[in-house]
Amino acid sequence: MALAQQSSPHARRARPTSRVMLWVILAALPGLLAQTLFFGWGNLINVVWCIALALGSEAAFLKLRGKPVAFFLRDNTAAVTGLLLGLSLPQFTPWWVSGIAVVSAIVVAKQLYGGLGSNPFNPAMVGYALALISFPVAMTTNWAEAATLWGGAPGFGETLAKIFTGGQTAVDGWTMATPLDEYKHKIASHTSVEVLGHPTFGNLIARGWEWVNLAFLAGGVLLIALRIITWHIPVAFLAGIAAMSLAFGSNADQYAPLQLHLLAGGTMLGAFFIATDPVSAATSHQGKLIYGAGIGVLVYLIRSWGNYPDAVAFSVLLMNFAVPFIDHYTPPRTYGHHKARRGVPGRSGG
Amino acid sequence: MTQLWDFTGGIHPPENKHQSTARPIRKAAMPDRLVLPLQQHIGEPAELVVAVGDRVLKGQKIADVTNGMGVPVHAPTSGVIEAIEQRPVPHPSGMADWCVVLKPDGEDQWCALSPIDDYKQLDREAVLQRIREAGISGMGGAGFPTDIKLRPPRDRKVDTLILNGAECEPYITADDMTMREQAAEVVAGLKVMAWILRPSRCVVGIEDNKPEAIAAMRKAVAGTQIEIAVVPTKYPSGGEKQLIQILTGQEVPSGGIPADIGVMCQNIGTAVAVGRAVFEGKPLISRVVTVTGEAVREPGNFEVLIGTPIHHLLETAGMAQERLDRLILGGPMMGYTLTTDSVPVVKTTNCVIAATAAELPAPPPEQPCIRCGQCAEACPMELLPQQLFWYSKAGEFEKAEHLNLFDCIECGACSYVCPSSIPLVQYYRFAKGEIRTQRAEQLKADRARERFEARQARLEREQQEKELRRKERAKAAAEAQAKKQAEAEMAAADGQASDDRAAKAALVQQALERKKAKTAADTKEQPVPSSTEVADDKPDIEALEKQLTQAEAKLNTMQGMLDEARSQQADNVEKLERAVAKNHDRVQRAQQALDQARKQVAEEPASSQ
Repeated sequence: MALAQQSSPHARRARPTSRVMLWVILAALPGLLAQTLFFGWGNLINVVWCIALALGSEAAFLKLRGKPVAFFLRDNTAAVTGLLLGLSLPQFTPWWVSGIAVVSAIVVAKQLYGGLGSNPFNPAMVGYALALISFPVAMTTNWAEAATLWGGAPGFGETLAKIFTGGQTAVDGWTMATPLDEYKHKIASHTSVEVLGHPTFGNLIARGWEWVNLAFLAGGVLLIALRIITWHIPVAFLAGIAAMSLAFGSNADQYAPLQLHLLAGGTMLGAFFIATDPVSAATSHQGKLIYGAGIGVLVYLIRSWGNYPDAVAFSVLLMNFAVPFIDHYTPPRTYGHHKARRGVPGRSGG
Repeated sequence: MTQLWDFTGGIHPPENKHQSTARPIRKAAMPDRLVLPLQQHIGEPAELVVAVGDRVLKGQKIADVTNGMGVPVHAPTSGVIEAIEQRPVPHPSGMADWCVVLKPDGEDQWCALSPIDDYKQLDREAVLQRIREAGISGMGGAGFPTDIKLRPPRDRKVDTLILNGAECEPYITADDMTMREQAAEVVAGLKVMAWILRPSRCVVGIEDNKPEAIAAMRKAVAGTQIEIAVVPTKYPSGGEKQLIQILTGQEVPSGGIPADIGVMCQNIGTAVAVGRAVFEGKPLISRVVTVTGEAVREPGNFEVLIGTPIHHLLETAGMAQERLDRLILGGPMMGYTLTTDSVPVVKTTNCVIAATAAELPAPPPEQPCIRCGQCAEACPMELLPQQLFWYSKAGEFEKAEHLNLFDCIECGACSYVCPSSIPLVQYYRFAKGEIRTQRAEQLKADRARERFEARQARLEREQQEKELRRKERAKAAAEAQAKKQAEAEMAAADGQASDDRAAKAALVQQALERKKAKTAADTKEQPVPSSTEVADDKPDIEALEKQLTQAEAKLNTMQGMLDEARSQQADNVEKLERAVAKNHDRVQRAQQALDQARKQVAEEPASSQ
């Protein structure tokens, strides 16, 4: 009789990384659905293309690194990176721009650092930032005009052709500046009321965008309910933006109002799906609060006084830099200790 | 309603308790042999008080601890001591240890018992002694001698006595069933412990998934001041530190014991054993063990004699050997796998799980940590399990210690939730082991260094003292010589020297004495070539012969010392070699002087007269 030998514990919860990532993908689907409904087929095509390329480049690099390909592909993390890029990129982003973003995310930001779990920076945001800096025109002029699938959005074939062949037909009628971009540039010469009268903003907050953001918010709440993420980062992120807006941007004739900050850009996607990437985020509850709030503050700073209309990618990357530092100084107080042991051994703390 | 606090973290694994609570506690059949390890408690192993071939009665002491901490071992039934040998014992390493093998004679004949009706008439010390003599050590897991635990230090008054009936580990129902069926005994034992400790509060903590046990215990404590606290089911609420936090809101200081904050936890089984020891006079020879898992057909709880081999117990519960994949002693969270089913039930054995492969499957391969933080959410000690994991894996033990590695209670909650299937607890055990080894080696190295330094200091000191003594002697000798010379001169000046020869003989005598003093002082010292000084014009053969014999004797002594030093490889060999060479020269010179003197005497016989 050969009895199985194992170190305790013998029982395990059956929720592997692959299933965690699958839940992330599922929770993002309402957002993707809203994007498709209100902006046409662009995001869906991007998502499929980015996921395929992410899996392909991950597989190729795993092979190069001599790692078991199937074992790592099955963890679904590359798919999530592809998904997040597909959701964030402008709807009509040329295929090669999104391709470069995906490959640099997977190869440079993830595999070259040692693969899953070893990357200091959020891979999807590295890819996004690289594309934004390298191809600013492609990344800013390809946002689809808000037009519902049933009311004027370009058809599937046309969208596909636009993305993959760069067809020039009727592009002007399809694209437009994002609401945040629009507000930022118009407010210098117009009043808030005049700016918000533009069709981009629709009847509610920002035509189409508000539904997309609410859908991502719903997906995020699901992730919190499933205990896949904790509330700390998203809440601190949103609180950071809100606090900055209330403190410095209460004058709508000068700065975009709070509801636009929260519901018109990539805020909800960033708060619940991007900033919460555990690998590159802070660890402890306190650390997560600092990390999330830092992203929120930076998003507001860049949007209001920087050159970019949206800023989730840069803010996340900047706070990724700060994570080791934050982690050193925010360990929890362990049971039976008077205070937390901050810092590094042999230095401060006690 | 008792006020309760919560502890951070915790998990809700499938309980799997219903399988073993369907049947009442059964009495396990008598096995062919009982195997009784001599060490079932923390402390020193018990020493035998019986020999092979002795017949012992049920309850008779067969081994006891005379030096140091520990409790005796008793015969669980009457029979004959068949062997005293190394047998596999319940231990995570699968090691063997000294055991007494008892062959039951089937009569189950008790030794004389001395029950106490009213223990309150006795001295507390007498009751504690009885608890020790009954061989009771903590039956929850660690096996700390109960009588010692019940004697907290004078400055640590126990205000709250907690009886731990939480039993939070999945599968295990031994305490649950004991409370259901033997609530009166549990409370009786608890009362004895409360009487010893005189706490202001006495509370039984039971998880809310045991309604029958709660009802039974409530009935048993009716009319007493003992509280029954129903705590929410959450693993590891039965961890000592967690239960204390739930029931008192206080935390046991890191590195301390519950008594530091005036709390003590006792186990349900221990309470029953204490009650039996006092009221029935019976030692601890049996306990309730849960036998469960899908590889047994009739899971349940058994009243088992200590020493019963696990395979016997499994057979009693209807073992399906072909389905067995993993045999666990303890619960699925903190228990350990057995390599053999021949190990015996000991005082700390609370559960045996015979699991099938489907029930507790082998873990999937470890994946990279994605820092998801589920482990930190689950950790009841508020540690950062993933940082501890990184540091343990990288061998950065200093950092792991800085993040309170040693506060980890190894409850397994972090490994349980880890989506990457990382055996976190195993990494922590490894790191703890490495740090302990490093510390032990450091201690050894420190001791060796101290020893070396002490020896160096001693040698130096001796050298200095020797040098000092030599200088003092040299000074004394020089003074004496100066004095003698002055006297001799004075005598010569006074013209009192009637006999030249006598004066010269006196000089020879002085020189000899001087030489003796000097050579005795230090072998390194330059020999005084006194013979030539003295015997240059008027040889004294007798004195010279004496001198030669002395020098030869000295040489022999030195040679002997040198040989001895060589054989022992002492570090003064070189010095001794030089001394021998010098003495050798001295002997030669003395020999020459003597020869010369003899010749002189032979040539001028008249002048000597």
